[in-house]
Amino acid sequence: MNTSIEQLRLTAKSIRIWVVKSLAAAGSGHLGGSLGMADVLTMLYFKVLRHDPKNPFWSCRDRFILSIGHVAPVLYSTLAHAGYFPLEELLTLRKLGSRLQGHPGKEYGLPGLELSAGSLGQGLSVSVGLSLGFKLDKLDNKVYCLLGDGELQEGSVWEAAMAAGHYHLDHLVAIVDRNGVQIDGPTEKVMRLEPLRQKWEAFGWEVTECDGNNLEELSLAFEKIGQESSKPKVLIARTIMGKGVSAIEGDYHWHGKAPSQAQTEEFINEILSK
Amino acid sequence: MNSFQLKGLKATRAGFGEGVVEAGRRNNDVVVIGADITSSVGLDGFAREFPDRFFSMGIAEQNGMGVAAGLALEGKIPVFSTYAVFSAFRAADQLRISVCYNNLHVIIGGAHAGISVGPDGATHQALEDLAYVRALPNITVLSPCDASQAFKATLSALLEIAGPVYIRFGRENVPDFTTYDLEFIPGKAQVFRPGKDVTIIATGHLVWPSIEASELLAKQGISARVINLHTIKPIDEETIIRAAAETGCILTAEEHQIHGGMGSAVAEVIVRDHVVPMEMIGINDTFGESGQPDELMKKFGLTAENIAQKTTQLLKRKKITNS
Repeated sequence: MNTSIEQLRLTAKSIRIWVVKSLAAAGSGHLGGSLGMADVLTMLYFKVLRHDPKNPFWSCRDRFILSIGHVAPVLYSTLAHAGYFPLEELLTLRKLGSRLQGHPGKEYGLPGLELSAGSLGQGLSVSVGLSLGFKLDKLDNKVYCLLGDGELQEGSVWEAAMAAGHYHLDHLVAIVDRNGVQIDGPTEKVMRLEPLRQKWEAFGWEVTECDGNNLEELSLAFEKIGQESSKPKVLIARTIMGKGVSAIEGDYHWHGKAPSQAQTEEFINEILSK
Repeated sequence: MNSFQLKGLKATRAGFGEGVVEAGRRNNDVVVIGADITSSVGLDGFAREFPDRFFSMGIAEQNGMGVAAGLALEGKIPVFSTYAVFSAFRAADQLRISVCYNNLHVIIGGAHAGISVGPDGATHQALEDLAYVRALPNITVLSPCDASQAFKATLSALLEIAGPVYIRFGRENVPDFTTYDLEFIPGKAQVFRPGKDVTIIATGHLVWPSIEASELLAKQGISARVINLHTIKPIDEETIIRAAAETGCILTAEEHQIHGGMGSAVAEVIVRDHVVPMEMIGINDTFGESGQPDELMKKFGLTAENIAQKTTQLLKRKKITNS
């Protein structure tokens, strides 16, 4: 797919605006992490992933597994922008009967959604299983799994990391949203994660780091990750929670909050002006 | 035609293991995830015959359960079996969300279930697994009564039933008595003995002692119906209600806590549709302990004699209720 960085920037902008809109309509949800991940998700769904929104169950598609279910709004917004379902449906987020559950729920039939998830520490194990399955069938599908940095405090993540290294799951790509904050405060204060690169390396992973809010850097990082090697890959994407809305950037109080009506307008105007 | 005839002693885990191998021969999508105790839970046969389809995950049950979910997403038929204390509890959240909420066809083995695990003691005796597992939406819960049935139930779990399946089985050699011809239909309880005075509904290891109890009771002139409830969920309401209506009282027997177990599941049906006096045999709100299996079955009141005795007490209640 030949998509220019400028086009991607416009897409990311619109994805952010709809994240704000959908959270405002819902009256609750996780704004900070969703905005912070808009660039990574744009890059994945508009450049990196092999997928076809007209054929969500295409067997050759790469899989995107959202382990941090609480940033569902940015996944929903991205899927809608990619053409899986109409943008207007984003306004049903978290409402009774909606296909857009607070945390992803597959049984409601949202096209493009691969896994019901939201209890932290489970997505990487599922991704390991998927990768093992593809490997067993000698298929080249890739599996991308988005993890939060706070989520890495769950021990089960490291069980999965150990297994991925053990089985040389070279088509598995973990992405860590390294925004440095979690609900109780900075990750390094709540429970230290550093040295993070060395931890992944010790488990047999190839580590790439980049600015996760910089589309040029993300593009280069995914190109590097796409090159063959026998190890599973992890991208530590340094991001800013709430990226795009200066009033909330880096503020962990906005981890799980929705904007008021006045804030909604203000936030959208700021995103548009950039 | 009799549905049972004592053939010898065999552990239900052996029936499970043979079932997985047989399913593996019939379907190439069957895969097994090991959690370090592969031979102990009866899966070494599969690992030997299909090394490419066996994935060792080490002592990491949470990951093992999640990996099983991922393999099922990819269309495989994964079997994840470890001691029930781990498959139902250590990996409880993965079972709930990754497997059940996603409604994936993962077969979960609950090995070493019950007090009869013996000398290993309380940590390894799963006595609460049914209470948790049967509360999960989408899952089928099987509890076969002997090795022959465990074989058939396992084949059914892998190749016929849709969605998540939990199969509970034990470690010890126990009577293997169901006949070759006895069909296993998930969700359809089996009446092993006709009877009109009382019904004994048993599951797993306590089905054989319940048959023996019915023979003891027959000598006292009591006609006890014996039902093998091999499927805890979905539960066979029809057979239970008919038993309540026709025999007027029900005793349940299981190698599990009374709280939340099979007896509770039967009571949930009875209180709604046909209230009759009921008693439950099981572990009464305590942890297990070390000892030989037969010693423990005696100490915790799970023998044929205990079942017969409790039945006569129940019959007194039935008479008072009816008078």
